[in-house]
Amino acid sequence: MASRLVTACIMVVLASFVVFLIANTVPGDPVLAQLGDLAAANPAVVAAFRHRWGLDLPLWERYWIFLEGLTRGDFGESIASHRPVMQDIAEYGPATVELASVAFVLSLALGLPLGILAAVRRDSWIDNLARMISLVGVSAPTFWLAFVMLAVFYGALDWAPGPGRLDVAAFPPERLTGLLLLDTAWLGDWATFRDAAAHLVLPAVVLASSTLGLITRTTRAAMLDALSQDYVRVARAKGLLARTIVTGHALPNAMLPVVTLGGLAYANLLAGAVMTETVFSWPGLGRYTFRSAVAIDFPAIMAITVIVAALFVLVNLLVDMSYALLDPRTVKT
Amino acid sequence: MPEPAEHPLLAVRDLRTWFLADSGPIRAVDGVSFTLHAGETLGIVGESGSGKSVLAKSIMRLLDEPARIVGGDIMFRGRHLNQLGDAEIRQIRGREIAMVFQDPMTSLNPVLRIARQLVEAMTAHGRFTVAAARKRSIDLLRRMGVAAPDRAVRAYPHHFSGGMRQRVMLAMGFSNEPALLIADEPTTALDVTIQAQILDLLRDLNASLGTAVILISHDLGVIANVCSRVLVMYAGEVVEEGAPEDLLSDPRHPYTWALLHAAPRIDAPLDASERRLATIEGQPPDPRAWPAGCRFRARCPFAEARCAEPPPLSATGPTRAARCWITQDGSSLPPPPRRTAAPAAAAPSAPSAADSPVPMLRLAGVTKHFALARESLFAPPRMLRAVDGVDLDVFKGETVGLVGESGCGKSTLARLIARLHAPTSGTIAFDGQDITTASIAEMRPLRRRMQMIFQDPFASLNPRMTVGDILAGPIALHGLAGDPALRVAELLDLVGLAPAHAARYPHEFSGGQRQRISIARALAVGPELILADEPVSALDVNIQAQIINLMVDLQERLGLTYLFIAHDLAVVRHVCDRIVVLYLGRVMEIARAGDLFARPLHPYTAALIAAAPVPDPRIERSRRRVPMLGEPPSAIAPPSGCRFRTRCPIAAPLCAAEVPLLRPGADGQFVACHFPGAL
Ligand SMILES: Nc1ncnc2c1ncn2[C@@H]1O[C@H](COP(=O)(O)OP(=O)(O)O)[C@@H](O)[C@H]1O
Ligand code: SF4
Ligand code: SF4
Ligand SMILES: [Mg+2]
Repeated sequence: MASRLVTACIMVVLASFVVFLIANTVPGDPVLAQLGDLAAANPAVVAAFRHRWGLDLPLWERYWIFLEGLTRGDFGESIASHRPVMQDIAEYGPATVELASVAFVLSLALGLPLGILAAVRRDSWIDNLARMISLVGVSAPTFWLAFVMLAVFYGALDWAPGPGRLDVAAFPPERLTGLLLLDTAWLGDWATFRDAAAHLVLPAVVLASSTLGLITRTTRAAMLDALSQDYVRVARAKGLLARTIVTGHALPNAMLPVVTLGGLAYANLLAGAVMTETVFSWPGLGRYTFRSAVAIDFPAIMAITVIVAALFVLVNLLVDMSYALLDPRTVKT
Repeated sequence: MPEPAEHPLLAVRDLRTWFLADSGPIRAVDGVSFTLHAGETLGIVGESGSGKSVLAKSIMRLLDEPARIVGGDIMFRGRHLNQLGDAEIRQIRGREIAMVFQDPMTSLNPVLRIARQLVEAMTAHGRFTVAAARKRSIDLLRRMGVAAPDRAVRAYPHHFSGGMRQRVMLAMGFSNEPALLIADEPTTALDVTIQAQILDLLRDLNASLGTAVILISHDLGVIANVCSRVLVMYAGEVVEEGAPEDLLSDPRHPYTWALLHAAPRIDAPLDASERRLATIEGQPPDPRAWPAGCRFRARCPFAEARCAEPPPLSATGPTRAARCWITQDGSSLPPPPRRTAAPAAAAPSAPSAADSPVPMLRLAGVTKHFALARESLFAPPRMLRAVDGVDLDVFKGETVGLVGESGCGKSTLARLIARLHAPTSGTIAFDGQDITTASIAEMRPLRRRMQMIFQDPFASLNPRMTVGDILAGPIALHGLAGDPALRVAELLDLVGLAPAHAARYPHEFSGGQRQRISIARALAVGPELILADEPVSALDVNIQAQIINLMVDLQERLGLTYLFIAHDLAVVRHVCDRIVVLYLGRVMEIARAGDLFARPLHPYTAALIAAAPVPDPRIERSRRRVPMLGEPPSAIAPPSGCRFRTRCPIAAPLCAAEVPLLRPGADGQFVACHFPGAL
């Protein structure tokens, strides 16, 4: 376990190094992105700007400063917002966590039963439905889906509220965790809770679509595989109820690949909400990432890289740990 | 055998189970009738695809899609099983009829504890409370011979060997005291030693609990060991039925006759000058279109004009019946003609050290230790001693057999000789040349002279290449002269295939034909030594005989030398000049085939021989039983002194203290035992 953690940290640092190199070698200059044309034409202003943000230091020294900050959990100041990067992330992070978690729960709550039923009733209408949902979910482009949903359910039918986390007229609740559903529930502000929940529906459905497809597909395939195993035939020969065979014998085996996929899918939801957040004006990390990339905001880019890399490493670790719980054959290390 | 007055336990009448596939029905079981009385033991034999398992699954109503019972009736204790609803048949499964399957490695759910899997079998039918079922699981495991049953129930299946898992499966089968147990090839995946233990257990349970048993096997010896009545199936039908004493000494159906004569027996006289076995030609027929008339006609050596009409199953004696026109009058079939040996080629039939002083292959102190993953970061590294100090000479033109239980190092030894593994220590010399540390480039010219054949011909043939390309590959690789197309045709002819087969892909061939292809591929480069790792183990008896005959022919024509690995002792005894007995990576005994079986000097050899079943119930009953305890210990921490001592019935204190060296005994036999011949 200790050695796993060490490798995990090395992976994160390696990822940061790669991104640092790429960000510094692709064409693009924060000077042009931040300063107006007039200022950018003035060598004195440009030099002052470079000095202010440490861009005049040699590459290796800049990376060293970044690493040093990393050990203190300090990513420096954002070139675009002039605030500590951690403060930006604390502001935008909760919106993304809330959206991704709701999307994740949604895709699990629908995908697992759908995949299981599809495998048990193979080639029935529910299997066909499951196959259609996974095909559409996996292959429909997110931005297209987002626009269509917004146009239909907000524009045409007016069943759902528009973009943003809350109604423009609503007062945001006191910030406790930054997760609106939790904060409003804690404060007992049920009107705002309903408003926040209603705003979550469309973006969560859009974000969940591909994860839902993947989870349905994987659950179905894993269940079909488990149901075709010899031990299932043995279970039938014992005279067990069909229900017991599905939930007691096939399901625990089928969960192994689903857990792996689920972990990665959640990490992907957290890291990959750029498109959805942009269309729904969701003030989350996705949009922050997009903005930082356009602004070539080095400290912000590095912070996001480290956070995303750490997220994936952490998820892998959790997946491995749940494997050890679910599968007695895994050697405990 | 007088008919018992009471109703039979099970009466199957004209059962037809077909797979309703899109391409037309596959008539897997096609008109089978038999009865079984309470407490009776019935054996079902037949080659793979003859319908044995589908018959068993039809009784349990455990058929896979798209199988349907399309005709006939299954009557069990007054109920028509074929008409019962799902809920009713579920009451019978596991409660009144239990089933044990072939592969114990996959029959237990890997993520559930043994206790849970045993308990649910009992609680599902409401006969036991969970607490009572828990207690009973431990008793059952003890009854089945599982060591430390109270600990075993808490373990997961992956901690158990195949033999132990099959004991767990038997415990599960007997847990509700069923009236009938169906065992479908329960010992096929196990070693002979473990097979003998499981068959003993099955016989004993039948006698003490009165449970009727249907035992399915492709091995007549296994059936003769346990059953009081036999059905022989061919092409979805019963072709012969009767007591094993009658069927196996005087078969009345040519297929039974062929099965009996195609399998070598460990109690038959040996003749080193004629190793060919009696075989029937051809392949089993296609179940989509059974041949008209007698279904066995195309392969039958006795076929006549009237065989164009389908023969009925008719009595050939008071308690037996056969489906054949020519034995309808009660006559017997003649024994197979003795083949006259082909005029011996230049190769001497009985080579010895004197003929060729330099062995083709010499192994001295060869070891192979595999490093295993550590159990934790701070644990010491673990070594698996797969091969641990083997000395062996193989001379030109001889066939040396390698026997022993699975995991004893047979395959590893063959792979060391082929230098697919590098030995940990010791030396290997091929034709006088030391190849212990030979590089890939140095091995290249030797690969031409030394080829391997494997057990599973399908896994070793590239499915996307035609047979012609598969055979031409090695020819091109070694830059051999001549027209490759001609050579391919010549090779196909050599192994008994047609030149037209060159254009086909491996999946278009049967198992036996695929093994012919892999033999042809090995021969493509003109080797002198063939390392054959279980080349016939996955094949049906008759196909096995065909391949053995082919290998014997090729040896005579090409003067080949064979290292022949097999777990079937009768096969090894039949084809080999000398036999090496391995146990936990060490040689226990080396002897000429005849001597080894006539006078085994090592207790392990004696136990192996005693465990091999003979297809004759009279002989089985009178044979000496050599008790062999338990299962082989781990090769990670082998016992001190003699490795066999933990299972040896005559082990003495000396055996734990001192390693017995391989020493010459009588008649040029070599044995590693402190008390050779004492058992
Ligand atoms: N590559 C390998 N790594 C670790 N163990 C191995 C490897 N190959 C074989 N073994 C082990 O070596 C032992 C002997 O195996 P093998 O030569 O296959 O025996 P056999 O042919 O008699 O079945 C077994 O315990 C097997 O698990
Ligand atoms: S009926 Fe004819 S073809 Fe069939 S088994 Fe008998 S002799 Fe052979
Ligand atoms: S040395 Fe001892 S334990 Fe080993 S086989 Fe001989 S008698 Fe048995
Ligand atoms: Mg092997």
